[in-house]
Amino acid sequence: MIKPDNPVTLPTQAPTGPHFSIPLRFRDRRRVTILLTLMVLSVITLSTLPLMMPTDFKLSEAVVSFLENIKIMFLQPSLTNTSFMSLLIALGQSILLAFLTTLIGSVIAFFFALASTRRLAPTALILGIQSFMAVIRAIPTVLWVLIYSVVFGLGANAAVIGITFHSVAYLTKVYADSMDELSPDIIDTMQAMGLKKGAIIRQAVIPYLIPSYLSWTFIRFEINFADAIAVGAAAGAGGIGYQLFMSSSFYFNFHEVGVMVYLIMAFAIVLEVISYRLRMMTNSH
Amino acid sequence: MNSDIQQVTTFFNKKRFRLTVLILILGMAYVGASFGLGFQTQSLLGVQDGMIWLLKNFVPNATSNGYWSEILQQLYRTFLVAVTSTTCAAVVSLFLAILGAKTLTVSKALSWLIRGFSSLMRNIPIVAWAMILLFSFKQNDLTGFLALFFMTLGFLTRAFMETIEDFGTEKIQALQATGATYLQVIFQGLLPEVAVALLTWVLYMIENNVRDATLVGLLTGTGIGFIFNLYFKSLRYGAAGLVVLSVIILVVTVELISNLVGRLLA
Repeated sequence: MIKPDNPVTLPTQAPTGPHFSIPLRFRDRRRVTILLTLMVLSVITLSTLPLMMPTDFKLSEAVVSFLENIKIMFLQPSLTNTSFMSLLIALGQSILLAFLTTLIGSVIAFFFALASTRRLAPTALILGIQSFMAVIRAIPTVLWVLIYSVVFGLGANAAVIGITFHSVAYLTKVYADSMDELSPDIIDTMQAMGLKKGAIIRQAVIPYLIPSYLSWTFIRFEINFADAIAVGAAAGAGGIGYQLFMSSSFYFNFHEVGVMVYLIMAFAIVLEVISYRLRMMTNSH
Repeated sequence: MNSDIQQVTTFFNKKRFRLTVLILILGMAYVGASFGLGFQTQSLLGVQDGMIWLLKNFVPNATSNGYWSEILQQLYRTFLVAVTSTTCAAVVSLFLAILGAKTLTVSKALSWLIRGFSSLMRNIPIVAWAMILLFSFKQNDLTGFLALFFMTLGFLTRAFMETIEDFGTEKIQALQATGATYLQVIFQGLLPEVAVALLTWVLYMIENNVRDATLVGLLTGTGIGFIFNLYFKSLRYGAAGLVVLSVIILVVTVELISNLVGRLLA
């Protein structure tokens, strides 16, 4: 290797002016948060999964019997203990339960939302209502129904009150959130015109928010339908959920479970199609 | 001038009329529904009775303090089941959503197949999932995990698919025009862009699943739902109150954490 005696160094001119560099990766707060969250989630998951498998457990047998039951459910649905008519009535009861709780819940929640929106209410009231609602929301619906079935006795009253509780807490939050999105200009203008709060609510807040109310209330109706079934099963509150519970854990009749699941699914899919249409309508406006 | 006033009055009259009709219809629906269910409206006035009963009986007493260790252990297990089932379902549904999203899919048939599958998964009531699984997998955490997993799989697949479809075809086509392969489009173009939205969905589902895990536990006899049922039905209300309190603390904590992460992501 021949080396030059005195290597010539060419002074490289540093470019003058502002120095631009194109960041290839975003090392910002968002990226760090995503990575950290994913890491925490995967650590929890990977450390829990091996513990999930119970000791002395034959997984393959369980899977085979599970698939067998699924096959019975979906391919050979039939009724033995109940008639189709009584199942339809039970489904109707669950739907009525969902409807009634959504109706009561949305009316009550509307007033709570008015009292907990930044636009119209004082801060102390907002904080009070919102933390109260957060606590109610934190208790699962089934527990509410169980608690109220001790007070009122098992039946429709306990189921309606229990599901309504959760609906009110949920709807208050989403209604208040959509009221907060209302531009303050409208309310300020109307206040400047000398209108009272009642008139502002009736003429500005309500007309402006009807679409988002409708879609949130409909979403809640879907949730309440699912809850009505769960409550029927877990708290014995009647409806198709109760029938489902009876035939799957007392009679072990999966043919019957299949019929019920088909009925419930049919109604749920109808609801989904309606909500899809509603969303398309509000999106196109 | 006179006609202006007339117009205004007709406007308000029309509005009032429509409102009256709406209230009448809803009122009739309310009466019909409560009659059909056997719901007595006056029990709405009894709501405070329940609250008072709750405060009287559910206040943890000295004897119920001995239950803390068991409750905390079950609470921890329930939390782990909820998080694990959500994460596992998220991984699978991301895969399904990428295959099924209309903007990315390889074939229309596959897209419809995945759509149908996710609709099936989320519309089978969780009660049915829990019951069928309980029969084969018996009374253990795995049953609860699987019930939540199937339910979440259905929800997240739809949510992820919609998020990916909102991403639009233009950006995908632009990337393809630069010569990017299918995998490059997904990993370099799509995922970084939609990561925040997807993660928000996952956090929401974890919140939801912590609550649903209680229900599933009640049905399958595991976790916090089971011990609530046990204490409640054996009239140990003080201990049941502790369970409710611990569920409230867990759910509110998860909600606060997920709000914090959401704010950091925004």
